[in-house]
Amino acid sequence: MSSIGTGYDLSASQFSPDGRVFQVEYAVKAVENSGTVIGLKGKDGVVFAVEKLVTSKLYEAGANRRVFTIDKHVGMAVCGLIADARQIVDVARREAANYRSQYGVSIPLKYLNDRVSMYMHAYTLYSAVRPYGCSVILSSYDLTDGPSMYLIDPSGVSYGYHGCAVGKAKQSAKTEIEKLKLTNMSTRDLVKEAAKIIYLVHDELKDKNFELELSWVCEETQGRHERVPDNVFVEAEKCAKQAMEADSDSDTEDM
Amino acid sequence: MSFSNIDAFAAPPLWRNGPSPGAFYNFPNMQSKTSGFVEHSQSPVTTATSIVALTFKNGVIIAGDLLGSYGSLARFRNCPRILKINDNIILGAGGDYGDYQYVKDLIEQKIIDEECLDDGFNLKPKSLQCWLTRIMYNRRSRFDPFWNNFVVGGLQDGVPYLATVDKLGTAYEDKAICTGYGTHLALPIIRDTLQKNPNLSEEEARALVVKCMEVLFYRDAHSYPKYQIGVVTEAGVKIEGLVDVNQKWDLAHMIH
Repeated sequence: MSSIGTGYDLSASQFSPDGRVFQVEYAVKAVENSGTVIGLKGKDGVVFAVEKLVTSKLYEAGANRRVFTIDKHVGMAVCGLIADARQIVDVARREAANYRSQYGVSIPLKYLNDRVSMYMHAYTLYSAVRPYGCSVILSSYDLTDGPSMYLIDPSGVSYGYHGCAVGKAKQSAKTEIEKLKLTNMSTRDLVKEAAKIIYLVHDELKDKNFELELSWVCEETQGRHERVPDNVFVEAEKCAKQAMEADSDSDTEDM
Repeated sequence: MSFSNIDAFAAPPLWRNGPSPGAFYNFPNMQSKTSGFVEHSQSPVTTATSIVALTFKNGVIIAGDLLGSYGSLARFRNCPRILKINDNIILGAGGDYGDYQYVKDLIEQKIIDEECLDDGFNLKPKSLQCWLTRIMYNRRSRFDPFWNNFVVGGLQDGVPYLATVDKLGTAYEDKAICTGYGTHLALPIIRDTLQKNPNLSEEEARALVVKCMEVLFYRDAHSYPKYQIGVVTEAGVKIEGLVDVNQKWDLAHMIH
């Protein structure tokens, strides 16, 4: 960022001479400071896993959740500034409710993604506002159209994904996700893999404590977005911890 | 004097201070009141008749027929109005069917909003009933009521709960609630039975409701021989579609 401090980074409504909007890039930085969030789309559903960093032991367990239900059939996992993200959650819920009141059916994820990404994009256009410091992943499962997942950046750009990762360890998480044959995998397997990846990419040294959050929207839940049931969660977490131990054992053998 | 609504760039009207179309003459400084008032619903349009509901030993049962009437014309013959809210609550509605459908959408969105909170709690019947009274009372206070009777049934912490709210926002709980003609024709039968046996089983309650729907079909001109029964117990909600009134007309020739 050679142009930092040259005066082109004060407003979201101004380009720098080399064609960048610095305020948006700073917003992306805010997202990169946050705990890792991944989304995996398999053959019969989508799974979210979140590494929710716990910065103080004084917090209650389960506070400041990062996975939200937008409508019965839509889930949203957020990464970045949680207060910004909650506003996006609220907007998404309003759009979903509005669509339902007008058309009498649940909003297709494609349209919700359009509306939410347009909303976020609008905050990159004016000098009076700052862009949202969060990325959000939307997921849904339709009994006829199957699973779908979109990731929206602070810039308002969004893509559909088979597997995506945002936050601190997005690079190593993406590398792990690329090893999976996502399109053939069942949601049950995805939950375990997702938990494994979060445990794997978590940096013990920099961030001590974290809570794992897992949610899914799949055939098994009849297309509803829900937190994974306790037994599935416990099994996935156990699986992840075992994988970590096996990993560290093999590391010591190498040495 | 306000000039703010005068568009300085628009051409002046060609004809002023004379009779306007449809009016004989506009007196100076007199404004004809042709707009600015609001019309409120003064009567229902497509109506549904009675709801019959009662609590029994371990649950609540609600029944309502499928007819949507235009006044005394039997206009629509498939208007279901027993609604499952969640695994714990059922709702029955009488009165204007359009208003019911609108309120139904409100309730369904409310349920989704509650689910989105994801706090591990489900809406209970008492809360839904209270929320509905706010909706109904608010509308009647704006002189534009939803023309409905709602009956909310469910299990409040395991205990059978039954309550109603009408278009004026009047609300009460009771062991047996009927609306419309049912108040006059079915409620006495139910009360009589409950007095003899306050702890009905589900089968007994169902038989009683079937009896009431039969009486209502014979006596209420705006009723219909096909109806739905909704039951909520610990086991959850079940809504039986299309129960038929067992009609007997062999006595009819004796009545003159």
